[in-house]
Order: sequence, then structure tokens, then C-alpha cells
Amino acid sequence: MDTEKPFVDIRHAQKSYGSLEVLKDISLKVNRGEIVAIIGPSGSGKSTLLRAINDLDPLTGGEVWLEDVQVNKTLPHRQYEKHINHVRQNIGMVFQHFNLFPHLNVRENITLAPRMLKGLTVDEANTLAEEQLDKVGMLERIDYYPSQLSGGQKQRVAIARALAMKPKVMLFDEATSALDPELVEEVNLVMKKLAEEHMTMIIVTHEMGFAESVCDRVLFMDQGVVVEEGPPSVIFRNPENERTKNFLRKHLASNKE
Amino acid sequence: MLTVYPYFLKAAWVTIQLSVLTTILGLFCGGLGAAARLSRFVVLRYIGAAYVSFIRGTPALIQLFILYFGGPQIGIQLDAFEAGVIGLGVNIGAYMTETIRGAIISIDKGQIEAARTLGMSRGQSFRKVVLPQAMRLMIRPLGVNINALIKGTALVAAISVVELTYTAQRYIGSTYKPFEMFLISGILYMIIIYITSRAVTWLDNKAKIV
Ligand SMILES: Nc1ncnc2c1ncn2[C@@H]1O[C@H](COP(=O)(O)OP(=O)(O)O)[C@@H](O)[C@H]1O
Ligand SMILES: [Mg+2]
Repeated sequence: MDTEKPFVDIRHAQKSYGSLEVLKDISLKVNRGEIVAIIGPSGSGKSTLLRAINDLDPLTGGEVWLEDVQVNKTLPHRQYEKHINHVRQNIGMVFQHFNLFPHLNVRENITLAPRMLKGLTVDEANTLAEEQLDKVGMLERIDYYPSQLSGGQKQRVAIARALAMKPKVMLFDEATSALDPELVEEVNLVMKKLAEEHMTMIIVTHEMGFAESVCDRVLFMDQGVVVEEGPPSVIFRNPENERTKNFLRKHLASNKE
Repeated sequence: MLTVYPYFLKAAWVTIQLSVLTTILGLFCGGLGAAARLSRFVVLRYIGAAYVSFIRGTPALIQLFILYFGGPQIGIQLDAFEAGVIGLGVNIGAYMTETIRGAIISIDKGQIEAARTLGMSRGQSFRKVVLPQAMRLMIRPLGVNINALIKGTALVAAISVVELTYTAQRYIGSTYKPFEMFLISGILYMIIIYITSRAVTWLDNKAKIV
């Protein structure tokens, strides 16, 4: 797999808000089936980097590629919209606050985009929704509304919604940070299942234990740069960089409180 | 005195017609106004803002007079009823612009992000995700606008539309009973407003998601 062309290829990503440089020349290659965790202190640019991959937060410099397609290529407005809407169908994203559509029930949350964008019939879309909900263990809640679900259940539905578009890569932005501690595990289990199916995933997380058990590679970010990266065993057990060590020490201390 | 009652019922019917037509025109202007205020194009945003500040910054009565008395001077010939509907509709439309815009911008940005992330276009996200949620939120505040509009129809008495307020004034002369005349029209207004507010509440409950 190492010789393969990278699946997701971020080249010299740079992002500024005015004079504030949030991403400073970050490059990241992710292979098909690889699972990468991004860790780092709050405000270090993790979300910005993740959201640059589907151009939700456009970069001010650098390129993002998904397979043979440049995600953030320069095009006239109308053409660009068409291009990016198409690209985004291949990139699933899961948010910290779920962002389920509250006016739609679970089934409709999942079938909305496939029906509209892929022209699925009602029956096809329903079958798809049932498959995906079954995978995340939420099939029996198919007719519930988001407000009737717990946080963990909402996030599992949000994952199913993203999966229903059959994405090539899944992005997770602190998918369990907003959950009560006892609900974290059910979401982690779903993500582990995806890992076993070799879904390509980029996961921003504060959960070191989860990152260590699931990910192939860990990036530690601080102040807009990747300070250190490597296999979880190295980053978590034997980090070289002082900033990584400091971060992990503080993080462990605060988690034990 | 009994002989004037039929005139009041007729007048109430005029007030209802005024209210309904004004609401329709107001919603239309409010929708357009909100679209302009939220447009990607700065010129449209500017036009929307100018509309809202002109209407909210001047008395409705002056707006009616400009239209009805000033209109002919610039080639706009309207009868009193037409001027009433258009004047009041454009007026309430400015308030509805702000109501509709407020409901739309109050929808969490994460909703649009989720829709866009799935590959939906700006328009699709708006129609399928933002608008259905915003519509539910705007029912009650639009009800408040409509309530104000119904009471505002009294203004068109000043341009001689024979509605409830005008009718009350007209029969003071023959009955010498201003107290009763205005009380009757007041009660009829109250009935119209009561029914409207019940309808709004019903709609609001019906629109509740779960
Ligand atoms: N829309 C924005 N405008 C200005 N600054 C922003 C904006 N979004 C994020 N930032 C800044 O960018 C930096 C990185 O943010 P973010 O990527 O969200 O960090 P993380 O996800 O690692 O906590 C922070 O300093 C944040 O304040
Ligand atoms: Mg973040």
C-alpha cells in the first residue's frame, strides 16, 4: 500500500484570517484505507485543516487533492459550485454537534441527499437508509425525530447519513466531544467498525486511547504546524518533540481530574 | 340605531378583505425584501435595507397619503381601496422582511454546513434545510405583524375607504352616539383579530415537529 498514490493529498496548505495565520504550510498524504488521527491543543488549526479537505473553509494557499481531482481548483463561480458539490459527495463529514436536520426524521435525514443528488427512487433510498442505520445500530429508530434521540444516537445517525452518500473518505471533527462520557463508546464502536472495513478516515480527536487503538498514524498539531507525526505507539509512548510531550502530559493530567 | 348594523357588517367585510389582501401583498414584499437583504449581491442588499428603513422610518399614514394623493401627480391613479391595499401591504412588507430575515438567519450555520457537505448546492440547502425550519419559526412573529396590520387598516379611513373606522365616523352624525358607534367597530375588530390569532396558534401547533 505504501507505493500507492496518496488518496488524499494536501500540499502546502496555508490559511490566514486577516493577519492571523492559522495553517502554516501543512502537507499531508493519506493512503486508501489509512486512518489518521489529528491531535493538538484547542485553536491549533485541526478543524481548519479538516474543513479545508472538502473546502468548507477554503485555503488561502496550497492544494487539496482527492485521488486525481483537485478539490480547491480555481474556476468561475458557477462552475466551481458544480465541481465542489460533486467532489463533496465523495467526502463524508461528521461534526461535533451532529447537525442532523431537526425537521426531518431519521429516515429522511439519510435519504434527503441521495434522493436529491443521486436520483434514487423512494424504495432505493429507503433500502439504503435501512442498510446504513443497521450498520450503526439505529435501525429501530428510523421513524424517530432527532429531538427524540440521545447525543450518541444522533451522532450514529449523522455517521449513517454521511455513509449513505458512499463517500471515499470520512472526516470526523471531534465526533465525541459533545457527548456525555457514557455515550462516547457507542460512537467509538461505530468508528471502529468502519476502520475494520478499511474506510479511509481522518479523525480530529481528544481521545488518545481511541486514537491509539484505531489509527495507523497520528499527527500532533500546534499553532498551525504539524509538530510531530508517526505511528501511535511512537507519538503516545515515545514522542520526541518537547511540545508533544507537554501536550500529552497536560492532557493526561486533565483527564485524570 | 338598529338600522346602522348592516352597514357595520358590510364595513367589517371590507376590513377583512383589506386585511387578507394586505397580508398576501405583505408576505410577497416580505419574501422579496428578505431575499434582497440576504442576497449575495451588495446592490440588492442595499435596496432591501433602503426599503426597510424608509418604511419603518416614516408614518404609515404619510405613506398612504403619498400614494393616494401624491400618486396621480406622478401618473399613479388608484381608487381608495387599491391605494389602501398597496400602501398597507408595502408597509407591512417591510416589517415582514425583518421577520422573515430574522427567522432565516437564526437557523444554525451547522445546518447549512451539513447540507453542503453532503453535496447539496446553496439553493438546495436553502430550500430543503434552512427554509422549512425558518418557516416554522416565522409563523408566530408573522402573526404579530398581521395583528398590527389588521389594526393598521383603520388608517385607510383617512382616504375614505368605507371600512369599520370610517363607518363608525360616518354614522355618528345621524345617530349622535359616538360611544356606541366606536364600540361596535372596536368589537368587530376584536373578533377579526381573535379569529386570526387562533388561526396562527393552530398553524404554529400544526407546524411543530414532534
Ligand atoms: N472564521 C474565523 N475567523 C477568524 N479566526 C478563525 C476563524 N475560524 C477559526 N479561527 C481561528 O483559527 C485558529 C484555528 O482554529 P481551529 O481550526 O478551529 O482550531 P482547533 O480545531 O484546533 O481547535 C484559532 O485561533 C481560531 O480562533
Ligand atoms: Mg476544532
